Amino acid sequence: MLCVAGTIPEDNFPLVEGEVKLSGDQLRIGISTIAVNRGTAALLAAAVTAAAVLRQPAPFAYLVGDTGTGKGSERLYRNMTNVLTRASFQTITLHYIQPIIQWHKSLHAVIGTLIPRPRLIADAGSMYAAKMSGEASLYDLFTPDVGELAFLADEEAPHPFYTRGFILHEENRVPDLIARAYKHRNAARYLLVKGEKDYLANESGIIEMVNTPVEEALEAIGGTGDTLTGLVSVLIDAGMNMQEAAVAAMRTNRLAGRYAQPTPATQIGEIIRFIPQAIQEVLGERCKVNTDGDTSTACQKQE
Amino acid sequence: MNSVAFFGFLKRNKEQDNLPGCDRRADRGILVFENTSEVIQAENLLKQHGWEIRVMGPPPEIRQGCDLVIEFPLIEELQILRTLTTEKLPPLRAVPVTSPLLQPVDIFHIKDYGRYLMVRAANMKLTVDRETSVIVNISGGGCPDVPYLAAAMVGKTLADAPSPREIGHTLCGYALQLAYEEVQRRCSV
Repeated sequence: MLCVAGTIPEDNFPLVEGEVKLSGDQLRIGISTIAVNRGTAALLAAAVTAAAVLRQPAPFAYLVGDTGTGKGSERLYRNMTNVLTRASFQTITLHYIQPIIQWHKSLHAVIGTLIPRPRLIADAGSMYAAKMSGEASLYDLFTPDVGELAFLADEEAPHPFYTRGFILHEENRVPDLIARAYKHRNAARYLLVKGEKDYLANESGIIEMVNTPVEEALEAIGGTGDTLTGLVSVLIDAGMNMQEAAVAAMRTNRLAGRYAQPTPATQIGEIIRFIPQAIQEVLGERCKVNTDGDTSTACQKQE
Repeated sequence: MNSVAFFGFLKRNKEQDNLPGCDRRADRGILVFENTSEVIQAENLLKQHGWEIRVMGPPPEIRQGCDLVIEFPLIEELQILRTLTTEKLPPLRAVPVTSPLLQPVDIFHIKDYGRYLMVRAANMKLTVDRETSVIVNISGGGCPDVPYLAAAMVGKTLADAPSPREIGHTLCGYALQLAYEEVQRRCSV
């Protein structure tokens, strides 16, 4: 099962855990409802949608309210360090959580004891915390955009806000930034770099690139990176190997964007509703999908 | 600074130095003030607000004399600077502990969509409708105040939207503030 941990941008949103469902434009976890918007809610909406199509279990989430003070994130870290040993997840995706090194290290001390070790994915603040704490190599996948890749490539920067100018100037040189991130051990086992072109890379360099369909407006739309992280998380959890999962996720995300006929003013919910159609087109030939009346099984495991 | 606080500072400093690992302070920043009196006032103020801070000697790169600085949670820089500025105690500088010579990002990436203009500062992107001055999207970033800022700002005009400086908390919020200021500058021309 896939586990997603992140925050909801409301101070009063309680610490909750459980399977997540999508009901119209609202996510449901326990008795709590969450509007689908950018951030962890967008990741979960994409993941729930994809999991349903692929007949995978709904993602399990640990969520808490945090508007940037870090107080909710601390509660989330504390709770997860207490409960993770009693859970059994194949894949854990850490998302919009305040980067706090002490707590990030505590969480990894617990994750390190899990047998079998879950596959670890980090995006957003959790990716920043992984780099800041020197623990990037503990992860299987990071999903940075190009600006965040520059941060990973800058061995001095403690946060993207402090990325040095000479590195930012090289943002059109993604291969160089990837190499630099690995050189300084600030990258996960794989990097899925999202942008005008999407890349999958590892320490050897770029191994996959997806650049179609092209929808330039997607870069401006908040949440498109979150949906990509949600998609790749579900596909990895479904048993695909990293390369297949990343390519399928990149293509699905771009195709859903294309179907939404986006402008820079499009909101992420308008794209998420096209994910089933996009997955069907991308995986239709090699993966039986849960279309109406189809009761066939989900993706066959590749690993 | 009273003597108890000062010796407490020395003791904590020694304890910190004994911690293993070279990355233990990568999420900390340093506030540099005009003089020690301001350091003491700021220390009291920030502790009253519940922040985990400590007074320490400055790193060599920014040492100016027998001065003191305040170490603080770097991610919360925006909220801490707002608190200090409100109380008329703005620091001279706020820098990362591990690399005190680093400067905030000052390079903007511009994408012209015709009717829409997107400005990116570091990891934060803000897009505005040139015809209406409405903020239509905010993307990028990773700290928890990014979705919060987006909910508060998207759909409002540049004139009506709260600025990230007013309601943000983190360095991502700070980066969004820079993008916001750059959009304002370009849209007012």
